[in-house]
Formats: sequence, structure tokens, C-alpha cells
Amino acid sequence: MSEISIETRGLNLFYGDFQALIGIDLQIPARKVTALIGPSGCGKSTLLRVFNRMNDLIDGVRVSGQVIIGGQDIFAPGADLLGLREKVGMVFQRPNPFPLSVYENIVFGLAVHRLARRQEYGGIVEQALRSVLLWDDLKDRLHHSALKLSLEQQQRLCIARVLPLKPQILLMDEPCSALDPIATLHIEELMQKLKKKYTIVIVTHNMQQAARASDRTGFLYLGKLIEINETVNIFTKPAQAMTENYISGRFG
Amino acid sequence: MRVRKLKEWLIEKSILLSGIFSVVFVVLIFLFLLREGLSLFRGESVIDFIFGKSWYPISDPPRFGILPLILGSLLVTLGAAAISVPIGIAAALYIAEVAPLRLREALKAGIELLAAIPSVVIGFIGLITLGPWIKNLFNIPTGLTALTGSVTLAFMAMPTIVSIAEDAITAVPRQYREAAIAMGATKWQTTWRIVARAARPGMLAAVMLGIGRVIGETMAVMMVTGNAAIIPTSFLQPVRTLTATIAAEMGESVQGGPHYAALFAIGIVLFVITFLINGVADLYLHRSRR
Repeated sequence: MSEISIETRGLNLFYGDFQALIGIDLQIPARKVTALIGPSGCGKSTLLRVFNRMNDLIDGVRVSGQVIIGGQDIFAPGADLLGLREKVGMVFQRPNPFPLSVYENIVFGLAVHRLARRQEYGGIVEQALRSVLLWDDLKDRLHHSALKLSLEQQQRLCIARVLPLKPQILLMDEPCSALDPIATLHIEELMQKLKKKYTIVIVTHNMQQAARASDRTGFLYLGKLIEINETVNIFTKPAQAMTENYISGRFG
Repeated sequence: MRVRKLKEWLIEKSILLSGIFSVVFVVLIFLFLLREGLSLFRGESVIDFIFGKSWYPISDPPRFGILPLILGSLLVTLGAAAISVPIGIAAALYIAEVAPLRLREALKAGIELLAAIPSVVIGFIGLITLGPWIKNLFNIPTGLTALTGSVTLAFMAMPTIVSIAEDAITAVPRQYREAAIAMGATKWQTTWRIVARAARPGMLAAVMLGIGRVIGETMAVMMVTGNAAIIPTSFLQPVRTLTATIAAEMGESVQGGPHYAALFAIGIVLFVITFLINGVADLYLHRSRR
């Protein structure tokens, strides 16, 4: 495998007494789309939220094992949490643009991390919106509220606002589940465009989406990573019987 | 079946009636104020009333200029707002965003307790403790000043501001906070740049309602401001507010006389001011719900 973007070694995660992730070892290649699939409660979202340590917000979470991003164990003592989240962007299930203008949504990250001077903001906003193909639609509405946009536009904006931070990795937690099928296809096309620059990890409950949009697919079940491989292999000749049962719709 | 329908009808109509009554009462109060107050303006011009610099209601001829009273109310209110708004908003942010669960509950109970203290008690404390303290601190002849009134009233505005602002902050959806934190914003950056911005209409409403309470407050302010109807030039002078004037002089005015009418006219002015403030607050509350 080529360049590795994320690697986990013996990763366990506990919510209190409940073990949500059990001994996960995986490698996620750079500039590819990796999909995580599995039935509800299998730990796929939890695993995704390990990569930018969003689980830290929940009380009673414990993690053991290693997660290496950019050569650093992100759970090592003294790890730079804010820097990690700058490097690893996240897109959520429901579009959640800030209740600010389109422009302010995009410069938020710049302001928070003091990444650019004010004079540079205009160009960065344009570039971010162009990357998600929103510029032509929104260039005259930059100072309108982001909440007035359509859901698809909101979700694109949510992708656009993490780009100025120059992330290496984009985490997407069921990014299309609030969108209609057409908008879903548009976002999937966008992912194909974005993967030239970013490593994308997407959690999806939609197996067709995993099959269409990802290069590699990992199947999780009850907190364990059952299998991870090229998407083609997972969907045509899975190594594990459980994977086959799941993708053929026998459970899940 | 018919009995149930009748019961339903009765309940519905009695609720409707209560609703109508609450509006009717407000209208009646306002009409009463107008009827009693407007008679003043047969002998007095509105301009002289509002911008007149002297309030000598029982001299001969009497002078009914309420500018000193308006300025008195304004000064005390601005002072109270300057104290209670920053502290109140900061407290609301702390309670809603920072405080651990148990401390939050304790603080909220404390704030509600503060709201439950009768204003005369707060006035009493202001009179006995704050007054002498301000007198000594600034070395002035009396401790009963606009500043004393402002500090006392700040305590009365605080519970309103904190509890309504806290509601507005808590109502900000969690996804906004998550998104900001996922972008590497610190707790404070998230709170200030996103949560406070999203809750801004509600926080403005909180401030307006707090100020509304301060302007309408009578008892405490009468006890601690010294009640001199002169145009104030500093916070360290005694002032008299619109409300205190009505309360202090209503008993000694002749019913139906010009002094009596003037006090009602002050009531109209107060009514209009509070109505405007509540209207603005309402506007913001509606905007925040949208």
C-alpha cells in the first residue's frame, strides 16, 4: 500500500464499562476514499470520531492502543489536540453551518487558528467555495445567512469551511443521510474530486454508497473490524462469511 | 355525549374569556391613565411638561416639569444596566456553558432566590449598608445617590437577565458547538464566536426585560436615591425617579387636581417607555425563535 494517512494499533475504546471498539488495527491510505460500513451500533461512527478525538467530549470515554496520524500518536500525553483538529476536518450527518453568513462560516477556522491576514480572506473564501462548486451559486450571497441555503448547499458549505485549514484528512459521518438522492450523488462526485488532495474517511449506512464512492471499505461488527480491503473485493469476494451476509442484506 | 360537548364548549369559552379579559384589563388601565393624566394638558403644554426643568408641584403657581425625573430615571437605569448587563451575561454564559452540572443547578436556584427577594428588602439593605459605604468611599455629604440606586437596582435586574439569557444560550443547538470544536476552536472561542452569536437575539431580549424591570422599580429606588428632584450632573448626587415621584406624592395630592393629573401623566410616560422596551424585547425573542 502507498502512503499511510491514519494507522491504528490495538485500538480499544470504552464508554464507561461498555467496550465500543475492540482491538482495531487498520491502515488508511492517503488520498483515497475509505468507507466504514456496518449495522447501527457497530462502532463505525465511534471509530471515525477517534481520528479527531471528538469522543473526548463525552464523559467516561477511555481509549487504549495507538492512533498514528502524521507520524504522531494522537493519544500520546501532550498531543496537540487543537492542531489535530486543524489537520483532520469533519463533516457531520446533518448539515450544521454556523448561524452566521456564508463568508463568516468559511473564515471561522482562519480566525480561530490565526492562519491568514484579513486581506487574504476574500481569496481564501473564493477558493474554498470553488473547491465545493458553490462559488457561482453563492458569490453574490456571501453575506447572507448560511441557514437560508438549501440542505445540499449547506452540506457543501460545511465541507468548504474546513478546507481553509488545509486539512490532510476529511472525516465524513454519514454526510448524505439528510440529503435527497440527487444531492447525494452530487456530494459523492465532489468526494471523487476532493480525494485528489485529501484523505477521505466516510461512515455510511448505505452500502451502495460505499460501493459507488469508495476505494477501500472496512466492515465493522459489534466493535470489531471484521475486514478491510479494496472496495471491489469486499463487494465481490469478501473473505469473511459475516461480511458477505451483511452486504447481501441477510442481516443489518 | 351532549353533556361532554357542552362541557367542552364551556371550557373553551371560559378560556377564551380569560384571554380576552387580560387584554381588556390592560386597555382599561391605559384608558384610565389617559383620562386622569390628560386633563393636566388643558393648562400645561406637553413640551413644558416633558422638558420643564423644575418639578415644584405644590408651590404657587405649581410647576410640573419632569425633565429632572426623566433624567433621574435614565441615570439610575443606565448605571444599573452598566453593572448588571456584563455581569448578568457573563454569569449566564458561565452557568450554561462552563459550570459542572451540580454547580449549575445550585447557581440557578440561587438566581431564582435572588428574584424572590422583595424589592423593599433589597432597598433596605441598600439603605443600611450600601449608602453609608458609598458616602465614606467618595467622601460626600449623603450616601443616597444615583449610584446607590444603580447598584441596588442592578441586583434586581440580574435574575431576569441571567435566567432569560441562560435559556437563550442553552437553546443554541449542540451541532454548532460540535462543528466549532471539530475545527479546533477552543472552548472559549466556541462560546464567544459561535454560541454567544447564535444566542444574541435572546440575550438582547434578556437585557431589555432586565432594563424594563429597573425602570418600573419603585420601592427600592425610592429608599436609596435620596429623592431630590434636581437635574443630576453626576452619579454621586441624589436623584428622583419617575416611579418614586408617583409613589411619594400620590398620597398628598388632591384627587382631580392638577398635581394628581400630573402624577398620572408621569404614569403615561412610564407606560409608554416600558411598552416600547418590552416591544423591542419581544421582537428579538421572536427573531431568536425563528
